[in-house]
Amino acid sequence: MSSNAITIRGVQMEEKPWVDTLHEWVTTVDHKRLGVLYIGYALLFLVVAGIEAIVIRIQLMYPHNDFVSPQVFNRMFTMHGTTMVFFVGMPILFGFANYLVPLMVGARDMAFPRLNAFSFWLSALGGFLLYFSLVGANGLYGAGNAPDVGWWAYAPLTARAFSPGHSSDYWTLSLLVSGFGSIGTAINIVATVLCMRCPGMKLSRMPLLVWLNLVMSGMVLITITPLSASQIMLLVDRYLGGHFFDAQAGGSAVLWMHFFWIFGHPEVYVLIIPCFAFMSEIIPVFSRKPIFGYPVMVAATVCIGFVSMSVWAHHMFTVGMNSYANSFFTITTMAVGVPTGIKIFNWLGTMWGGKIQFKTPMIFCIGFLFQFLIAGLTGIMLAAAPFDWQLSLSYFVVAHFHYTLVGGVLFALFAAFYYWYPKITGKMLNETLGKWHFWLFLIGFHLTFDLMHIPGLLGMPRRIYTYEPGRGWDTLNLLITLGAFIQAIGTLLFVANLIISYFKGAKAGNDPWDAWTLEWSTSSPPPAYNFASIPVVASRRPLWDLKHPEDPDSRYE
Amino acid sequence: MSAFANPFPQASETWKLPDRGRVAMAGLIIAESAIFTIFIVAYLFYVGKSITGPSPREVLETPIFYTICLLSSSLTIHLAAKSLARDRVGAFVGLWLLTIALGGSFLYGTAQEWHRLIYQHRLTISTNLFGTTYYSLVGLHGFHVTAGLVMLVITAILALAGRVAAEQSHRVDVLAMYWHFVDAVWVVVFTVVYVLGR
Repeated sequence: MSSNAITIRGVQMEEKPWVDTLHEWVTTVDHKRLGVLYIGYALLFLVVAGIEAIVIRIQLMYPHNDFVSPQVFNRMFTMHGTTMVFFVGMPILFGFANYLVPLMVGARDMAFPRLNAFSFWLSALGGFLLYFSLVGANGLYGAGNAPDVGWWAYAPLTARAFSPGHSSDYWTLSLLVSGFGSIGTAINIVATVLCMRCPGMKLSRMPLLVWLNLVMSGMVLITITPLSASQIMLLVDRYLGGHFFDAQAGGSAVLWMHFFWIFGHPEVYVLIIPCFAFMSEIIPVFSRKPIFGYPVMVAATVCIGFVSMSVWAHHMFTVGMNSYANSFFTITTMAVGVPTGIKIFNWLGTMWGGKIQFKTPMIFCIGFLFQFLIAGLTGIMLAAAPFDWQLSLSYFVVAHFHYTLVGGVLFALFAAFYYWYPKITGKMLNETLGKWHFWLFLIGFHLTFDLMHIPGLLGMPRRIYTYEPGRGWDTLNLLITLGAFIQAIGTLLFVANLIISYFKGAKAGNDPWDAWTLEWSTSSPPPAYNFASIPVVASRRPLWDLKHPEDPDSRYE
Repeated sequence: MSAFANPFPQASETWKLPDRGRVAMAGLIIAESAIFTIFIVAYLFYVGKSITGPSPREVLETPIFYTICLLSSSLTIHLAAKSLARDRVGAFVGLWLLTIALGGSFLYGTAQEWHRLIYQHRLTISTNLFGTTYYSLVGLHGFHVTAGLVMLVITAILALAGRVAAEQSHRVDVLAMYWHFVDAVWVVVFTVVYVLGR
């Protein structure tokens, strides 16, 4: 398919001074550039938080290790968790949503381009504030002090008495600021999806990626805000002498836990739903079949959105809630497994009988399906309150949620990178390097996180600085650390692939995967205005209709 | 294939989508509702749990007059927006300024109440749990009133400069939505603080 971009010869060849280019990127309100900024910023933090994970793993490699001090160890797992959730997961998924949603609904930009830029820079400031604590937490003479209260920051760890200096303040402010950025972006996505669709793009014809990002944004509105509210309360406690979480004045530490997990559990669905969105776009294209059960997929997503709001206290079974609360949260948590199971069934149904092409995006998707299923199964195990009493705060839990976040979210993100990189840059990612990346990462992932379940079952607690030899954890921990290094090498190959392919990759053309959604109808990378003329659609697969006028989907809808 | 849209069947003529300003404000209102919910839950959870005095029963006085001011400002802003939609700019400006006056008097009422609590009853945000939750919740609402007033005043200045006409009516409507939300929140905060919390 030829490009519908208007290219003026000579104009794009001109070399601009780098200051002008920089100025353009800093002041941009283009959703595609902001998407790339989000993604680039998140990748930077992915490397930082990855290094923190490696430090944690080196420390735990063998018993009585003292690679870092206990204080540094606490800072490392705090910064690793906070960074991965707020400055890798959220921005990278917002980045893809920013880039893809307007293209997929046939719009020229988001509903509010300037709000979009504002939200990005707020998030960027949040990440900066978190890491500025390394310098500023104790004033200029107190270098080497980062937040060390864990990413959940339970009271009273954050009280003035137990967290002197400003490290907790930087943590609070950084989450507050980036939270406002997230709310801005979520409002923007909702408005874009509801108000900017091209003619004919009814809600029932939207690509699933758009649907799922709509649900995700709706969830952000009601899940990030409780976190913002509790951060404001924490600031009141720390700066104005309030007593929200001050047990000595009658305040409650458990209230913080509730508020944090009212945010914290839906948050993991906020992270995974855009990954479901990637699956729902990539699997059909590489199975050469339309998605199986489109309406059920939408319904299941909305259902996950609702049910996930009422499961938070399964993080708190060991706090000592009454049996009604325990039963309620056990049942709701298990209930979330049903719509999620429907989704996995439908992706398999899409692949079933399809002409599957095992390109790099697709093999990452298949890895996702296997791993997310297993992560879901350990999730069901931990949802049972009596089982959770045994294994809460153990490495089993760490293994479970890393299985969802690495085996699920990260694999889906890699799939999305291989799939949309050609659209974003105009160059294909190298397939050979991609396969190497996949297999190395897969082996590393399973070595680390499969084995991590076992020391958990054997009683190894989370967040411990070191451990005694001879408890049966030694070899396992060594192998887990080895796996972490293999994953790091895989990630380095990925970064190398991103860079090398940008300069030396094969030209992608408009539609390298023979796909069906609107973003592939415009040039790669798309022009600033996306579409020379606003498209009009008549079915869920507009490009199929365009390529097969003799047998368009619109005939069957 | 230069023209992209041609191969597709023509869309129906009536392709109407919701106004993005209204949708975005609805999104903001949902998000703000969640923030207020958390503060209200905290307030209710801590009712009667203060270890030291003063207690709400001892010091709170129900601000009926200023509540009526704020609630009636919802009516005036609604009428103002309607006048603008009908291009009656004079009536719009009058009602808009009245809304600002009513909102401003509500803030004055809050300021008076806080002054009384702080200087007469020695209740500050750090005195006890009641002080912490009361000033946070009422303060959060007061902050939203203040933010709304700033936007109302900016609109009033533009209107007095002759820059607001019926074309801007959909934007004024969005601002009115926010103001209605702030009023609705006050109904909840009022019930929680002055009725249930005593």
